[in-house]
Amino acid sequence: MMSSKKVCAAMILSSLLWAAGALGGEDYLVEQKDKEFIYKGAKVTTLNIKVGDVVEFKNLDPYFHNVFSLSDVKMFDLGSYPQGKSKSVKFEKSGKVEIECAIHPQMHMIIEVK
Amino acid sequence: MIKFCLPQYVLQGFCLAIAGLFVTGAAVTYPAPQKAIFTLPKEVPAPADNQLTPPRIQLGKMLFFDPRLSGSDVISCATCHNPSLDWADAAPLARGEGLQILPRATPSIINVGFNAFQMWDGRFTSLEEQAWTPMLAAAEMHGLQEAVVLAKLKGMPGYVNAFEKAYPGEGITRNTVAKALASFERTIVSGDAPFDEWVQGDESAVSLSAKRGFQLFTGKANCIACHQGSTFRDQGFHNIGLKGVTDPGRYAIVRIPILRGAFKTPTLRDVARTGPYMHNGAYQTLEQVIDHYDRGGDDKENLDPNMKPLGLTIEEKEDLVEFLKTLSGKQQAVTLPQLPQQQ
Repeated sequence: MMSSKKVCAAMILSSLLWAAGALGGEDYLVEQKDKEFIYKGAKVTTLNIKVGDVVEFKNLDPYFHNVFSLSDVKMFDLGSYPQGKSKSVKFEKSGKVEIECAIHPQMHMIIEVK
Repeated sequence: MIKFCLPQYVLQGFCLAIAGLFVTGAAVTYPAPQKAIFTLPKEVPAPADNQLTPPRIQLGKMLFFDPRLSGSDVISCATCHNPSLDWADAAPLARGEGLQILPRATPSIINVGFNAFQMWDGRFTSLEEQAWTPMLAAAEMHGLQEAVVLAKLKGMPGYVNAFEKAYPGEGITRNTVAKALASFERTIVSGDAPFDEWVQGDESAVSLSAKRGFQLFTGKANCIACHQGSTFRDQGFHNIGLKGVTDPGRYAIVRIPILRGAFKTPTLRDVARTGPYMHNGAYQTLEQVIDHYDRGGDDKENLDPNMKPLGLTIEEKEDLVEFLKTLSGKQQAVTLPQLPQQQ
């Protein structure tokens, strides 16, 4: 069992970390719906963000999705995740990042990191 | 309020009785599939520089049926994509030059014009891109050089005229051959099926068993996770856990781990006529296919997470097969083209 002081310290530390993260950049929510990338309710083909911003990809379809990029600016693979789940990616370098769902490659978008 | 006055078991009993009426009564109805989702588009999309015209379709048909595009002079596109066998070959695996067995099954090319990705691994995004591949592959049509194929065609005035009519001023080139073949392929579409009549509102077009099958398809059996929309496929790639597959599939094209052993979801239109099934022809019958999915696949390594054991009853499996049979459309009458002779 952790002492109450330790719990308190952990809470303060996590709040500080959260605040630092929030200061580091904005958060964007990109949804995956009907096999399309959706931002603010509309299909998105290009999303402009800044270095340090975080994009959360959320699956709203009743089947699994993936998100990956093999771009030099940001290479990542979020595996596959079901409806209701989301995964986030932080973009630390500027440039053009091509984003795709490996399972449904017609789902394709560009993230321009400025 | 009644809800608070009646003991809960009375309410439960009442609900069960109502449910019983629906299950046992003659008034069981199954909602028809949504028109907006399940109506096959009337027009097959074609690129701006290769819109469909009768001369293009006719030229494409000539090329499609011409065995002289192969090195052996005996294999045409139609050898494997045989219209009498629903544009496939009814064999577990394709056979190529010298009857050698190829690693994957011949897919039917029915509705191929609606595909965003061609081939089992989806490596081409247009029919034009795909058209030359079998001709140039040594194992398939004996791999003539492109220039040799073009020279053969240029040696036949019938073809020179047909190309001029289809693509005036463009000549006989890699491009025009590909465009003509693609044009013909865009005309190979599945005809109206009993399922389509049901979608349009004819309740008597399919049996009660098929209707139950459709409910299972979109519900408990979750076939709809991949087989979506009017062509019953998601333009996607999945590893469905077939036994003993070493073929990397889509992973050879896109190096993302979940794609290892993943193949393109095929259309289910005309599926009852296009066995054997799967990219490797693993199953002869639809019943075997349903059993595979009921088991949740066999090889669990890198299995698509949509795949789960289904716990289907014998009746439910029969209903699913009955539903799949309703996707068999009226078959197009195919007239064979007269092919030009060498001068």
